[in-house]
Amino acid sequence: MQYYFNVENLSINFGGVKAVNNISFAVEKNMIFSIIGPNGSGKTTIFNMISGIYKPNSGKILFEGRDIVGLRPDKIARVGIARTFQNIQLFGNAAVVSNLMLGRHIHMHTGVFSAAFMWGRKSAVAKEERDHTRKVEKIIDFLELQKFRDHLVSSLSYGKRKLVELGRALALEPKILLLDEPSAGMNTEEKEDIRIWIKDIQEELGVTILLIEHDMNMVMGISDRIFVMNQGVKIIEGTAVEVQNHPEVIKAYLGDRRK
Amino acid sequence: MEMKREYYEDIQYFKKKWVMVVAAVFILLLFTIPIYFTGYSLFILNLIMVYVIVAVGLNILVGYTGQISIGHAGFFAVGAYAMILLMTLLHMPFILALVLSGFISAFFGFLLGLPSLRVKGPYLAIVTLGFGMTIMHIIGQANLFGGRLGLQAPPLDVGVTQLGLSWVLTTDVQKFYLILIITIIMVVAARNIMKTRIGRAFVAIRDDDIAAEVNGVDLLIYKTLSFAISAFYAGVGGGLFSFVLSFVEPFQFNVLLSIIFLVMIIVGGLGSIVGSIVGAVLITFLQYSLLKNVRELPVLGDWLVAISQKWFTVIGLENFNSMILGIIIALIIIFEPKGINGIWLRFKKYCLTWPFK
Ligand SMILES: Nc1ncnc2c1ncn2[C@@H]1O[C@H](COP(=O)(O)OP(=O)(O)O)[C@@H](O)[C@H]1O
Ligand SMILES: [Mg+2]
Repeated sequence: MQYYFNVENLSINFGGVKAVNNISFAVEKNMIFSIIGPNGSGKTTIFNMISGIYKPNSGKILFEGRDIVGLRPDKIARVGIARTFQNIQLFGNAAVVSNLMLGRHIHMHTGVFSAAFMWGRKSAVAKEERDHTRKVEKIIDFLELQKFRDHLVSSLSYGKRKLVELGRALALEPKILLLDEPSAGMNTEEKEDIRIWIKDIQEELGVTILLIEHDMNMVMGISDRIFVMNQGVKIIEGTAVEVQNHPEVIKAYLGDRRK
Repeated sequence: MEMKREYYEDIQYFKKKWVMVVAAVFILLLFTIPIYFTGYSLFILNLIMVYVIVAVGLNILVGYTGQISIGHAGFFAVGAYAMILLMTLLHMPFILALVLSGFISAFFGFLLGLPSLRVKGPYLAIVTLGFGMTIMHIIGQANLFGGRLGLQAPPLDVGVTQLGLSWVLTTDVQKFYLILIITIIMVVAARNIMKTRIGRAFVAIRDDDIAAEVNGVDLLIYKTLSFAISAFYAGVGGGLFSFVLSFVEPFQFNVLLSIIFLVMIIVGGLGSIVGSIVGAVLITFLQYSLLKNVRELPVLGDWLVAISQKWFTVIGLENFNSMILGIIIALIIIFEPKGINGIWLRFKKYCLTWPFK
């Protein structure tokens, strides 16, 4: 069967350490596919390979049947894969709205000369800015960031910055969204909100989501499939129920929580 | 909650009416400058405007895109020499030659932008430094560029002689208006570019180049573009410079000039167009006007002259000028790392929040 997105025998070494070792999985369209595992097990590294920041030593990453290994990150964004970062990588000295507008970059076309000189109210440049601001404004409303619209990102709380980063990824209108620990550093209320929004993004926007998350309530609650790994290798992949009952998962990951 | 918003407001020039009025009055005042200033002052003002253009361009690269260049005197030289050669050898009309000088310089900027994809920070600084020095040496050696003697600028004919239109500008006042109009166009264009996707891509690269790339910003295109735009500004500035001074020679374009350009934008405020302008005005003014007059200060002047003659040989007071300039720069940077623009921002915030905080 031809999958929407799959990873085949993906491996990468850092100075002899196999951070990701022969990982394969398949993601169907419009799924929430979660990757869990203890810290250092290689989850973020998988995202970095998918988004083109790291080049795998071996293996394939197939999106809509095409191998995207070797494409630069900006080309991968154009293919339709957006992401957030575990440690938040926003443009700190810009306002929330400008951060989201950067997410529109690949959909905008203004060139240097028109940008420099075509500035009437009715010009193509002004029209493009307006149209895309309008789209960004919808995302700001969706994530309830209206109050912070014009604030500098560096002045926001950690939880709000996580949201801005999610907003920026959404502004790209991706087909696949990679979320690296979206609820980390959020309070209970914010966690509840982001869980609902992620579900909305899947259901209403039809986006396929790859999710790395430590909050087990959230993972078990919203994932269609869960992939468990430890020290670069796969432990098990399955539904929430299948995963929760796997002895190695209990031992390696959930175990300490149950004590 | 549905918020009604005028989406145009983000890119509007003037969010408030009074700002528009102030800006209009300010620009009108600029046009009256030749009434109050003449002779040497006007010459300095022309020089200041040339440096404003260069500083704005440099800030696009350094302040907005987060790259470094200690070679901008090189682009400045390329523009200055290209301008003279295009007009004298190829008899190009002024405007065409000026724009082309900008593009020739931009092409060098593009080339210098290529290594910025691989090297960063201090390494990029060295590459650009090397570029600036190479340019200076090439123009100092080649006969085409007049060697050490330099080149004489042709008459400043802003007409198109090919069409039988000729209008030679001879006075500093005429040059002032020409340069003022070009400066305003360049500044407005820079501000416009920075407000669009291109400016946002630059800022994204500055703040986090990986995040920029992951959001679809092609680093190859945008880093080289930033270098090219910045070099274009320096090239146009250089083109005008050759007419302000009427002649160009290699030593005008030494490393110190590149550093002075950087000082302008750091003192004015990185990542701020207005800051670039203020920095260029202030530093040029300090260099050419204020510190040149140290000698005429009552008591202190004689005193400083005596000290500099005793302790700093060769050029005496000149050393004092650079020292005082250096100290002023150091003080500004120590106390306000965001430059004069930072002081302004804090003042604005203070006014907005006044009785409350
Ligand atoms: N750029 C890198 N250089 C060296 N080692 C790295 C690099 N990136 C990740 N690693 C290593 O790969 C392993 C997996 O890291 P990571 O993917 O961040 O784990 P996780 O996201 O599951 O917590 C860790 O041992 C980490 O130290
Ligand atoms: Mg991680």
